[in-house]
Amino acid sequence: MATNTNDDTIITTGVQQINTNERNRPDETVVEASDLDVYYGHDRAIDDVSIEIPEKKVTAIIGPSGCGKSTFLRCINRMNDQIDVARVEGDLYFHGKNVYDDDVDPVALRRKIGMVFQKPNPFPKSIYDNVAYGLRVQGKDDEVDLDEAVERALRGAALWDEVNAKLDASGLDLSGGQQQRLCIARAIAPDPEVILMDEPASALDPIATSKIEDLIADLTQDYTVVIVTHNMQQAARLSDKTAVFLTGGELVEFDDTTKIFENPNDQRVEDYITGKFG
Amino acid sequence: MRTETDSGPGITGGVARDDIESNRRIRRVLFGCASITVLTTLAIFFVLFDNAASYFFGARITEILTGASVEQLVTFTEFFTGTRWAPTHATPAHGALPIIFGTLAITVGAAFVSIPIGTATAIYLSEYASPEVRAKLKPTLEILAGIPTIVYGYFAIAFINPVILGPIASRLFGINIGRYSMLSGMLVVGIMTIPMVSSISEDAMSAVPDELRNGAYALGATKYDVSTRIVLPASISGVFASYILAVSRAIGETMAVTLAAGFNANITANPFDEVMTMTAYMVSQARGTSAVGTVEYQSLFAVGLLLFLMTLSMNLLNDRFKRRFQEEYR
Amino acid sequence: MSTQTDDTPFTGIDLDWEHRKNRIFLGIIVAASMFGVVMLALLLLDVATDFYRGQTEFGISLVDFFTRDGSRREELAGFRGAIVASIMLMLFTAILAFFVGVGSAIYLEEYAPDNRITRLIEANLANLAGVPSIVYGLLALAAFVNGVGMGPILLAGAIALALLVMPIIIVSTQEALRAVPDGMRNGSYATGATKWQTIRQVVLPAAMPGIMTGTILALARAIGETAPLIMVGALFTNRIALGPFDRFSAMPTQIYNWAAEPSQHFIHLAATGIVVLLTFMFVMNGIAIYLRNKYERDL
Repeated sequence: MATNTNDDTIITTGVQQINTNERNRPDETVVEASDLDVYYGHDRAIDDVSIEIPEKKVTAIIGPSGCGKSTFLRCINRMNDQIDVARVEGDLYFHGKNVYDDDVDPVALRRKIGMVFQKPNPFPKSIYDNVAYGLRVQGKDDEVDLDEAVERALRGAALWDEVNAKLDASGLDLSGGQQQRLCIARAIAPDPEVILMDEPASALDPIATSKIEDLIADLTQDYTVVIVTHNMQQAARLSDKTAVFLTGGELVEFDDTTKIFENPNDQRVEDYITGKFG
Repeated sequence: MRTETDSGPGITGGVARDDIESNRRIRRVLFGCASITVLTTLAIFFVLFDNAASYFFGARITEILTGASVEQLVTFTEFFTGTRWAPTHATPAHGALPIIFGTLAITVGAAFVSIPIGTATAIYLSEYASPEVRAKLKPTLEILAGIPTIVYGYFAIAFINPVILGPIASRLFGINIGRYSMLSGMLVVGIMTIPMVSSISEDAMSAVPDELRNGAYALGATKYDVSTRIVLPASISGVFASYILAVSRAIGETMAVTLAAGFNANITANPFDEVMTMTAYMVSQARGTSAVGTVEYQSLFAVGLLLFLMTLSMNLLNDRFKRRFQEEYR
Repeated sequence: MSTQTDDTPFTGIDLDWEHRKNRIFLGIIVAASMFGVVMLALLLLDVATDFYRGQTEFGISLVDFFTRDGSRREELAGFRGAIVASIMLMLFTAILAFFVGVGSAIYLEEYAPDNRITRLIEANLANLAGVPSIVYGLLALAAFVNGVGMGPILLAGAIALALLVMPIIIVSTQEALRAVPDGMRNGSYATGATKWQTIRQVVLPAAMPGIMTGTILALARAIGETAPLIMVGALFTNRIALGPFDRFSAMPTQIYNWAAEPSQHFIHLAATGIVVLLTFMFVMNGIAIYLRNKYERDL
């Protein structure tokens, strides 16, 4: 399919104007990658990625499996530091500060950027202690009313009504979907700025998935959300911006979600979206 | 393979039937082998109760069943509450408290050495050590675990007590330390049980899934937080199992405590005093001319039975913790 | 943390105390990990020094040490009888424990149905491994030395040690059998072999290196065991045991006798004996590790 560059420009501008008008504030970049490469040993997992992730929006990262989308997500809060063989080159800025600078502590970074994992991973502690964990390790348990903060986080994760009677029960006793919402509550309890989500619904059934999706839409009131997903419908439903990674760790296209799904610039993105490959 | 009894395709008899028969015989023989281990346990129970009975009641259970008269020689009250242990003395006393104290004091003292050091070593090995350090540290600890207890006993009597504790006792406390001391026993048993705590605890900690660690790191936890607030609590039943095993081992430990703590049955709070454990008593009696029917011989089994029951209850407790841990991480 | 406090988004986060806590913690656990290593070094150093001083200051001649037997007189005492007794003990312990132990393991791994009796045997095995070694000595004392009327002979000691190491041999054999891939068994069954033929000709040969490794490690543990032998009555003897029905004193009991003596000469004899005992143990462990490494690659 041949695309007309002029048309694209018009449509893009239009969408941005609608967004700006609706939300009545300009996009401010929170996380910015510039020429970012990641290597696992000798294998390149991320290839020269540059991207600007806007504040208080949902940015979806889609692409076929093995394209490096999770690796990129883990760069943002430096979870790749936990993998000995991973090596990062290039720059990744958080509010204009390069997070790979020597004076940046990954522990401090992760207190600003929370994360929800693919598989629900509640700690083998009570529901209450799971949610309070982040506040405790961050030393915020003296500053805030812990009970209040736990309740707020559980309400924020749409879990409060289901668990308020059994906060002492083990987090492991919840269903899979509840466990994942518990992990979201755990992530938002210390009040980070950004929440990274690595295929948060891929291990859940459709009902639990739709609850998580509703929740993510609500989260943008307070947080910037970056979500990795292999489910294109989910990305289309949820996100304001979409980044498409293809095999080899290359960011092929990044634009407003409507643009990506309706009229992408790149033929490969078009093929991927329409299911011709990947 | 065909024989004349065969009919049809030849899959119903002949050589195959002989093989099946001999397989049954082999199976019975192998089952016999396996049941020897159960017999061993039954024999331990039987021998200990049978002979201990003669210490308390003047006749073995087998003799009582065949009509021997029962005469209570030692009351359980005296055995468990008496504070003088001299069963072979001209004026005998059968209060086992001093040797029970010796065993428990050394066990508790050893636990104060092995539990903190073993747990810290396990955390280091499981959470911090690089593969190269692990590859050196683990075999070293295995050697520590493989050194015979008699060698630890020698280490206590030839080094820990005279070279380390002797000067401390005389300079700091003005005490002239003898050949043996309770503290030396605590230290040496503590040292020898470190590898049990560290290796079993490390196994438990390594079984904690990485997702939990990542979940904590993503919340801005430091490595210290992850080790102490996630990994240790998540593996706690496995870690407890290692503690119980170390305690059980310390209770039954014989040669190291005998050469370290000595043969003087007394209840004391002074760590530089000589004490006697239950096992040391057994060794001291075996050194003499213990002959069947004497009180020395009978007392061996009374003390041995108590020792066996103490370690048995520890082992059963350990089993429960181990099973709970396995249920948590399957 | 950062000097340019103005332009980082992490200004509000003070991690100084966190980092100090982490460093202190790491220091503590490294020190604790080194404690065991230092103690092992001290122990070996102490034995080596006393061994050396035995040669130089107490005139213990290694030739005499290896050619003389036990003696009440320190200048005449040697280790030959103890070494011979220990080697014989290992031999008879191996004979008694190996076949029964391997047989039990084969039953449990290959034959046993999953029922209460099997679970009882397995649970009992775990429990036996936790019974103090001195209790095995009491069992042999009551059942064999006095019950059967053997007297305090080498065979009674070997029985005590065999019962002691049996659980170790069974468990390591079970592991070796479990490591044999099912494909090998199925291949054998598919050729029409019976269960026993399969075990005998396919499974056991494949598992044998693992079984031997486990058995040698168990014997290395047995050779240092002292308490059961003392219970059985292996004490001082100035004669050499020539067969399983003779009275005996093995290496560890001889070391105990010497170490418990107040005389410094005897203490240094004990150190010399420990060097011999540890050499035996390390060689046995070395053989086991060699076997394991050699055959691990093949499987």
